Amino acid sequence: MTGKRNVVLGVLAVAGLGLLAGRCSPSVPRGAKKSAAATSDLAVAAQKTYVAPGDLDEYYMFSSGGHSGQVYVYGLPSMRHISTIPVYTPYPATGYGYDDESKAMLGNLTWGDAHHPALSETNGDYDGRWLFINDMNGRLARIDLRDFKTKQILGPIPNVSGNHASSFVTPNTEYAVMGSRFSIPLPKGTAVSVDKYATDYKGVVAGIKIDAKTGQMTLGWQILMPPFDYDLGDAGKLASDGWVFFTSYNTERAIGKLEVTSAQKDRDYIAAVDWRAADKAAAEGKGDLIGGVKVLDPKKVPGLVYFMPCGKSPHGVDVSPDGKYVIGSGKLQGVTTAFNFEKVLTAIRNKDFTGEEDGIPVLKYESIKDAEVPVGLGPLHTQFGTDGFAYTSLFVDSAIAKWKLGTWEVVDKVPMSYSIGHLAAAEGDTVSPDGNWLVGLNKLSHGRHLSVGPSQPESSQLVDITEEKMKLVYDAFTEPEPHYAQIIKADKIKPIEVYPKEENKHPLAVWDVKDAGATRQGDKVVVKVVVVRSTITPTAIEVRQGDTVTVAITNIEQTTDELHGMGLLDYNVNVVVDPGETKTFTFKADKAGVYPYYCTNFCSALHQEMQGYLVVKPRG
Amino acid sequence: MKALFERGGRYLDRTLGTTPRILLAAAALFLIPVYVAPLWNLTMFAPQYQEGLRLDIYSYKLEGGNKGQDIKEINVLNHYIGMKDLVAEDFTEFKWMPFVIGALGLLFLRAAVHGKMGHLVDVVVLYLYFGVFSLWSFAYKLWRYGHNLDPKAAVTVEPFMPPLFGFKQLANFEVYSYPGPASYALMASAVLLFASVVVAWREARRA
Repeated sequence: MTGKRNVVLGVLAVAGLGLLAGRCSPSVPRGAKKSAAATSDLAVAAQKTYVAPGDLDEYYMFSSGGHSGQVYVYGLPSMRHISTIPVYTPYPATGYGYDDESKAMLGNLTWGDAHHPALSETNGDYDGRWLFINDMNGRLARIDLRDFKTKQILGPIPNVSGNHASSFVTPNTEYAVMGSRFSIPLPKGTAVSVDKYATDYKGVVAGIKIDAKTGQMTLGWQILMPPFDYDLGDAGKLASDGWVFFTSYNTERAIGKLEVTSAQKDRDYIAAVDWRAADKAAAEGKGDLIGGVKVLDPKKVPGLVYFMPCGKSPHGVDVSPDGKYVIGSGKLQGVTTAFNFEKVLTAIRNKDFTGEEDGIPVLKYESIKDAEVPVGLGPLHTQFGTDGFAYTSLFVDSAIAKWKLGTWEVVDKVPMSYSIGHLAAAEGDTVSPDGNWLVGLNKLSHGRHLSVGPSQPESSQLVDITEEKMKLVYDAFTEPEPHYAQIIKADKIKPIEVYPKEENKHPLAVWDVKDAGATRQGDKVVVKVVVVRSTITPTAIEVRQGDTVTVAITNIEQTTDELHGMGLLDYNVNVVVDPGETKTFTFKADKAGVYPYYCTNFCSALHQEMQGYLVVKPRG
Repeated sequence: MKALFERGGRYLDRTLGTTPRILLAAAALFLIPVYVAPLWNLTMFAPQYQEGLRLDIYSYKLEGGNKGQDIKEINVLNHYIGMKDLVAEDFTEFKWMPFVIGALGLLFLRAAVHGKMGHLVDVVVLYLYFGVFSLWSFAYKLWRYGHNLDPKAAVTVEPFMPPLFGFKQLANFEVYSYPGPASYALMASAVLLFASVVVAWREARRA
């Protein structure tokens, strides 16, 4: 009897344990279980992103290269990396940073940190002429989209330290802006202990004037700002034309461990700058000379800047296509705020202020906001599509939220892999966004690619936004590190493919091998070189040790893709010339001996034969 | 009153039969996993952490998944909301729990060998006390971690109670908290103990 009871008890016990033991942590998160269901969409996704051999993509995407100092060009929807435009970093692949002109542009810096590209605009729409991009080292560059080459690097310009809030352009490319992420004592070179940060350190926002015809950049205006960290920006358009907005954090004016000390206040600010007023004040000669440039002080020139309180530590600030709304989010919060620009103007008119910061009035948050949209955790940056839809990247949630302007309704979310930073929609920051495509620029790729060791690429994910539900359709991997990118309809850019001979006005250009050769003036030697399939003329150059040698190399080809290079061994020279182009490089022939030079860019069946010798005769 | 005590005393002096003694010894055996397996497991998933961050709580140590890296990662994440680092020093249990379990095991065996009803009642009471105290202590520890947040932290969150058992969504994290193998062994031990009591009680009634 007892035995039987025991058996019953034992069975009960085992059953009880079995029930409990079924409860333990799962091996995969909830969302992961759905992934199998997505396979039915594979064929659709593949078809949407497939660009058949020989076919062309619909859009260009210009992706910032971050601390690589470059700009990457992608084709959409294939997400193919088509080319790299070197801007702030030498790039031997195109000879950038080795010839005299690009070396002079780079100055003494061999790196840059390029975050935010800005395509030139006409009436608030991309016009496909130029691409501007910032560098943290206080510089701004202009790339000409006629030949996809960096044409000008302005700076380091005085007073702007850590040019992060840049290079957003105004609707007719009157200005590209700059803003200091790091406040410092001004002028640069002044050493004041960080204890005096709150009072003696200053931020600066600047408008860089752009010549409407040539794109040439010159110093415009600069405004002295409180020592906050100026982070991102966007120019107003249509309803808000004439204004430019900058986010700021560390309005606590704290130092030290900023991840804590700069996150104490519930709100930081978006600075609204009346750039036409700044333009006018600068034209009238107002401002004080700091670091060699005139800087406008809002204390002395009121009406230039107003602060709009925003959720703490905001990143992006984005103006809606109609210019009516300014979207800003505290990046540690779960909502993004839509400010109504009309209300901003009214608050300014009515002096609806709650205080001031170094002479800059602070507007009342409640008076200027229209809505707090519950997009999700960690909203960073917003882009726009068609039909009044907005798309906000969520870093913490690792997702994109789709929501509607006006109704403030969040309608869809799509996960990103992983930790999305910026996002770029097709022409998504212009007055007329295209919709169609959205690219999430993610900070972590985290094993979604063949392993390449600890130094991992970032991931850029293509999202189809043509339908009500967003659909992730493609993973691409990008070198470090894309921040912001812009996507422009391909037919807006009309690049040349050779430099026409008649346009080449280089004083040292020669178009006939008979004119090639060396001339000497004292210890300076100028060598005019002609490259054409498959000879570098002259095939031998003789100089004396200690000579300063300038080589002017002209590629006299007028055929697409017939590039030639000239690599000079042991002298750290590699210059690449495109068809019809002339470049010079200068070096001191300080090593005696014989140094081969050769064509580095494959050109023809007899490319290997395209070589010559530099003979440096010893001194004495 | 006196009669009651006498009857109680007689009952406690009763010698146990073979079955309750075997069950007691088996209950002692089920205490052994406490020295090798985790008592509790916390697993957290987020979009950025598809493989999950794992934390195993043993009777004598904390062990993070991914060769310990997960604890560091959890602490890095928690510092944004001002939570105290999870460190072994905060778990005073680690100092006494292995000793107490050992002592309980010896008492189980003592009860099995001496075979008195009183010993069985002792270990049951002690075991219940140990179980309830440990669970309370664990719950309190979780509560303290979730409520003792630095007000100066970068991200302000409402104080919260991490899940003691089951699932809870905390911000972007799916958090799962479930007993580990050692706790299931302890439960088995408790069941055996309970079975021992039931059998012994039946024996007493039959006599």
